[in-house]
Amino acid sequence: MSGFEKYLTSRMTGEDSHTLAAFKKNGGYATLERALKEMQPAEVIEVVKASGLRGRGGAGFPTGLKWTFMPDPAKDPRSRYLAINADESEPGTCKDRIIMDEDPHGLLEGILLACYAMKCEASYIYVRGEYRHQYDRTAAAIVEARAAGLIGKNILGTGFNCEIHMHKGAGAYICGEETGMMESLEGKRGHPRPKPPFPAGFGLWGQPTTVNNVETIFNVPFIVEKGSKWFRTMGSEASPGNFLVGISGNVNKPGVYEAPLGTNAKVLLEADHFAGGVSEGRQLKAWFTGGSSTGMMPGSTVDVAMDHDSVKAAGTMLGTAAMIMLDDTQCVVRAMQIIARFYDHETCGQCSQCREGCQWLHQIFKRIEEGQGREGDIDLLTSIGNGMAPGKTICALADAAAIPAHQMIKHFRADLEEHIRDGGCKINKTGKCAAGHSHDAPATEKAEAQA
Amino acid sequence: MALPDKLKAEFTELISHYPESRAGLIPALHRCQEELGGWVTPEIMEDLADFFGIEPVEVYGVASFYPMFRLTPRGTNVVKVCHNISCDLRGAAAVLQRAKELTGAEVHGTSADGRFTLEVVECQGCCTTAPMIDLNDNFHENLTLDELERLIGGCK
Ligand SMILES: Cc1cc2nc3c(=O)[nH]c(=O)nc-3n(C[C@H](O)[C@H](O)[C@H](O)COP(=O)(O)O)c2cc1C
Ligand code: SF4
Ligand code: FES
Repeated sequence: MSGFEKYLTSRMTGEDSHTLAAFKKNGGYATLERALKEMQPAEVIEVVKASGLRGRGGAGFPTGLKWTFMPDPAKDPRSRYLAINADESEPGTCKDRIIMDEDPHGLLEGILLACYAMKCEASYIYVRGEYRHQYDRTAAAIVEARAAGLIGKNILGTGFNCEIHMHKGAGAYICGEETGMMESLEGKRGHPRPKPPFPAGFGLWGQPTTVNNVETIFNVPFIVEKGSKWFRTMGSEASPGNFLVGISGNVNKPGVYEAPLGTNAKVLLEADHFAGGVSEGRQLKAWFTGGSSTGMMPGSTVDVAMDHDSVKAAGTMLGTAAMIMLDDTQCVVRAMQIIARFYDHETCGQCSQCREGCQWLHQIFKRIEEGQGREGDIDLLTSIGNGMAPGKTICALADAAAIPAHQMIKHFRADLEEHIRDGGCKINKTGKCAAGHSHDAPATEKAEAQA
Repeated sequence: MALPDKLKAEFTELISHYPESRAGLIPALHRCQEELGGWVTPEIMEDLADFFGIEPVEVYGVASFYPMFRLTPRGTNVVKVCHNISCDLRGAAAVLQRAKELTGAEVHGTSADGRFTLEVVECQGCCTTAPMIDLNDNFHENLTLDELERLIGGCK
C-alpha cells in the first residue's frame, strides 16, 4: 500500500528545497518553458480539464471547468487576475503551508501556467497573516524567479507577461471564502459578496478573476508535464490525483501525508507510514473527515475511501481532507463547543441568520457542556441550524457552522442527552484535569515520557 | 505625528503592486503595528487615512475587523495560545493554564508588570504539530510545558 507514486512531496527533501537552484536541479520550470513555447493557452486548459483535477480548497470544484468561466479576452478586454487562496484557516488544515515552506517555486510554476492558460496579467497570493515564514519563503522565491526572467515582462523570451504579487491577510477565517478574500485584498473588511456575479465576471476590482487554492495550483505543473492520463492513474475516477492529508489530534504520528485520493481513512489512520494508529492504543471515538466544517463522525465510520463521492455517500464531506481524530478519552460535547465557539468568533456578521445563529449554537453547546443544558435544547439546536441552510445567507460560512451541529445531533445525540440529564460531563468529572479531560499534559510530553 | 519617511517610502512601493492604492491598507497596517509600538494607535489610523486618501473611520473599520490588529497597548511580549480543536486534543488547556501562571496575565489581559500580554487564538495552521503558541510573532510547535517555561523565562 505504501507503493504508490508520490509527486506532490517529491521535491520536498533537503534543507534547500525552497531555492531556485534545488528546484531547477529537479527539472523545475522546464514544464513552463515547454508550455510557453509549444502549447497554446487553450491546450493547457484542455489538459487540466481532461485530468479531472478538483479544487483542494474544500469544495472540490473541477479546476479546468472553472478556468473556462473566464470571459474570452477578444470580447472582454478587461484586466484578468488569478487569486491564490493561501488563507488556510479551516481548523485541522495545515497542508498549503508545507508547499509554501518547502516548494514555493512549484507553486509559482503552477501560477505562471494557470495565468498563461487563462491569459491573466497578474496573480495575487493571499497568505494568512500568521504565516510569516511561509510568506517570506514565497516572497523570496518570487525575487529569485524574477531575477531569472521567469516573472515579469517577456518571460523566457516568449512574449508572455505575468506579475506575481504577495498579499498578507490579518487573521480572519472568513477571508478564505473567495469573495471575502477579494474584499480583503482590496483593503476592506472581509465581507463576502453576494453571488452572482461570480468572480470570473466580477472579481478583484470588478475584473475577471479566478480563485484557486494553493494545493490545486501546485498540481498543475505535474499535470501539464506528465499528462492527464498519468494523473488519472492515481485516485478515483471522479477524484483523480494525490492529495495532502493532514491528520491531527489523538494519533501516534500526526502529520501531513501525501496519498492517492480514495485511500481508505482507516489506512491513513493506522498504517505505519501514515498516522500510525490512535494514541496509546486507544479506540477512536470520533473524527472529522475534512476540517471542522465537515462535522464529527463516529469512530466506527472510519472505514471509508477518502474521495469526494465516497465520503459524501458516508454522509459527510471531503472538505480540506484534514482528518481530526478523537480518542475515547475525549468528550465530543467539548469538541463541539470548541467548534461552535470558532464559528461564533469568525462570522462576519452581515447576515442575521449567521450572526445570530453562530452565537446561539455556541451558547447552547457551551451550556450543555457546562452542565446547564435544558430539555428542548437539542430541538432548539436543530431549528437554529435549519435557519442557517444554504441559500439563506450570503456565503457558505453559515452552512459550515450548522453542519457540525447537525452531525453532532445525528451521531452523538446520546452524549448530548447524557450531559443534559447528568448536569455535565462524566469524563470531565472522573477525568484528570478540570479544564478538559485527559489534558493533564501536552501530548508531546506524554510521548517523551514514554520513550 | 506623521508616518516615518521610511514607512512612507515602503508604502509608496507597496501600492505600486495594485491597480487601486487602498489594497495596500492591510499590509500597511501590519507594518505600522510592527514598527510603531505594537498596536494601531488613533494617530496611526489618521496618518494611514491621509496616506490612502480615505476617511479615518474607514481605516478603523478595517483595523477593527481583523483579529491580528491590536487597538489597545500591549505588554512587552505577546503570547498567543491556540485553543482550537487539534490543539485542545493535544493539551492546549494545560498550555494555557501554565501560560497564565508563568506570565501572570489573564486571557486577553496584560500582566501587572507590563511584560506579558496573553491571548487565545483560533487555529493557526499548526494542527499536526499541536499544541502550539505564537510568541512575539514566532510559532512554537510540538510544545511541551518545559519548553513553554523556557520560552517565557527567556523573554525580556
Ligand atoms: C467560510 C469559508 C472559508 C474558506 N476558507 C478557505 C481557505 O482558507 N482556503 C481555501 O483555499 N479555500 C477556502 N474556502 C473555499 C473558497 O471559497 C474557494 O472555494 C476556493 O479557494 C477555491 O479554490 P479551489 O477551487 O482551487 O479549491 C473557504 C470557503 C468558505 C465558505
Ligand atoms: S453567511 Fe455569515 S460569514 Fe457569510 S456573509 Fe453572511 S454573516 Fe458573513
Ligand atoms: S487547532 Fe491549533 S493550530 Fe490548528
